[in-house]
Amino acid sequence: MDLTLTESEAAFRDEFRAWLSDNHPGPAPRGGDQVQFEFEREWQGKLHTAGWAGVSWPKEYGGRGATLIEQSIFGEELARAKAPRPANVLGLVMGGPVVIAHGTESQKERFLEPILSAEEIWCQGFSEPESGSDLASLKTKAVKEDGGWRITGQKVWTTFAHEAKWCMLVARSDSEAPKHKGLTYFLMDMEQDEIEVRPLRQITGEAEFNELFIENAWVPDENVVGGEGNGWMVAITTLMNERAGLGASAALGLANSLEELVELAKERGMADDPLVRDKVARLKIGIEGLRMGALRALTSTMKVGIPGPEGSIAKLQWSSTNQALTELALDIGGPEMLAKDSDWAYRFLRSRANSIEGGTTDVLKNIVAERVLSLPKLR
Amino acid sequence: MDFDFTDEQREIKSTAHEFLASRFKPEHVRELAEGDTPYSEDDWKAICELGWPGIAIAEEHGGEGLGAVELIILQEELGYFCAPSPFIANAYAGAVIQAAGSDEQKAQWLPGIASGEARGSAEMACDPDPILGAAGGASILVMANGNGAKLVKPEDAEMEQIDMIDSTRAYFRVKADGGEDMPGDIAHAGSVGQIAMAAELVGVAQRALDMSVEYAKERQQFGRAIGSYQAVSHRLADMLWEVEEARSLTYSAAWAADADPDLLPIAASMAKARASDAATSVTHNAIQTLGGIGFTWEHDIHFFLKRARASAQMMGSARAHRDNVATLVGLG
Repeated sequence: MDLTLTESEAAFRDEFRAWLSDNHPGPAPRGGDQVQFEFEREWQGKLHTAGWAGVSWPKEYGGRGATLIEQSIFGEELARAKAPRPANVLGLVMGGPVVIAHGTESQKERFLEPILSAEEIWCQGFSEPESGSDLASLKTKAVKEDGGWRITGQKVWTTFAHEAKWCMLVARSDSEAPKHKGLTYFLMDMEQDEIEVRPLRQITGEAEFNELFIENAWVPDENVVGGEGNGWMVAITTLMNERAGLGASAALGLANSLEELVELAKERGMADDPLVRDKVARLKIGIEGLRMGALRALTSTMKVGIPGPEGSIAKLQWSSTNQALTELALDIGGPEMLAKDSDWAYRFLRSRANSIEGGTTDVLKNIVAERVLSLPKLR
Repeated sequence: MDFDFTDEQREIKSTAHEFLASRFKPEHVRELAEGDTPYSEDDWKAICELGWPGIAIAEEHGGEGLGAVELIILQEELGYFCAPSPFIANAYAGAVIQAAGSDEQKAQWLPGIASGEARGSAEMACDPDPILGAAGGASILVMANGNGAKLVKPEDAEMEQIDMIDSTRAYFRVKADGGEDMPGDIAHAGSVGQIAMAAELVGVAQRALDMSVEYAKERQQFGRAIGSYQAVSHRLADMLWEVEEARSLTYSAAWAADADPDLLPIAASMAKARASDAATSVTHNAIQTLGGIGFTWEHDIHFFLKRARASAQMMGSARAHRDNVATLVGLG
């Protein structure tokens, strides 16, 4: 057991830390609008030019071929420096890895480079109004025609749909097959009139997400990923990629917030309040528990290919801690924290989604029960 | 970075698991817990033959010269089997003397503690009289004295065994006016003791979780295994969460004790606070999962519940450790 970085891991960290301190663009303008998006696109271009976009991608596809530990260090450094997110985060974390794992040579040739450079933005069309956690029940239809597919249906919770060139879309290509088997994974061009994008206003007042109304949109055969009928298997890869990104860097983000919370408690003269002290300590313990569990899971994944039981709870730890942290900030801050332009109020409201997005707490507990504890299935 | 046991550490863990599984079978633990004294000399001799009492004591004093990580591996396994043993009291006494004792004091007491032939016992709580584990039969007592510690001979102390709900360990209320001061700092050893107790709590919690999961798979009600109901399975998932979070913090704190002393004070407090809460909560939920049978004396779960509750109160409660964490994160 050795929690210090190896020489090469430390060199990786130092190199990126030095680059980041020279090239940090400052905080992104908030608001989810065009100004913010262009800022983030420019930031990703900067990362890409220096070879820091797609750190997890193999070198042959323009990535850095970093180990899992290095990827985690990369995320921790970004969080530590409070760097903005890159514009094409879904392309980097999900789209690229899926094309690399399941795509044809010509798909790799066509799609990968513009993901890294943020020239082409990607969005994800998985969830539907009637298919959230039960994703495999989705109804969006793909009908075969000569040379391609006609897509009709509705998708929801689609981030960056306005900006996106490509949508990772899962649709039902065979309505006769059992529900997991009849799905196909498509890369759908968003620049067509058959797709209508409507912003979905959320409880924070802004619209990070969209609804997609798709009526006979066209996808050519060459944009099917992983073959007809394999959509479920391909989609699972992207979801796993999404979860692998959590962990140590998420803990660092929480640690930044906790520092602000501690300052707030001191400002309000509550540093001696036993209840505040107890809650702050619980948060610190939750954050370090998440971080240490993530590091254990990384080691286990590098050694045996899969994380141990500790890996299955990272998302639960993160969402519950972030929610408790923002709740405590409002508690300490009092009514003035509830002002519409209050940053803590925004973070509190946004955190309500944490236990829903990327796998609800309820479904994740089913997964822990069935896959980690081997309890009998509910269904 | 490698957050996993080395091959040697794995070997220690699997040997310990096998040895304790055959030595401390549930019926043996029950027999000891229901008897006059929870400790058997035969069990202690067998543990001594494995070299465990000296695991973290320097070789020059007759120990194995290993570290806190190896110590907590043993302690977690001891907790898993709820093994009645003076092990932790002796190990903690050894850690304090090794950290704070003069050369003469170390030379005098450590070899006996390392071999287990002249056991030590150390103060684990104060209510307001000091409480020591396994003081009866010990050759030397280690007691707090201001910010430091002193050595007290058993014949110079007034000892009274306390009948606690946890009958798998012997607790003594000890009063002693005199004693011999130790010159060194005890902070590091105190942290190691807290982490060892945290490891025991992780083991206790893991066993309570295992018993609950096994039962939830077998027990049928309304025509199906109760573990298929989400009211039950989500509780078990929560229990796993508690155990794993406590384990991650305990292992990293033990590593800090051996390799990164700057991190140790907060790491030890986080581990002890989290493990105390995890073990009490998991044992409560285990009884809930077991239902009526879990409330009977006949079922073993109550030994784990009581051990969890007692160990949660030793070496600082979760509440006290959280207060320390609050100080160390900047609330002052």
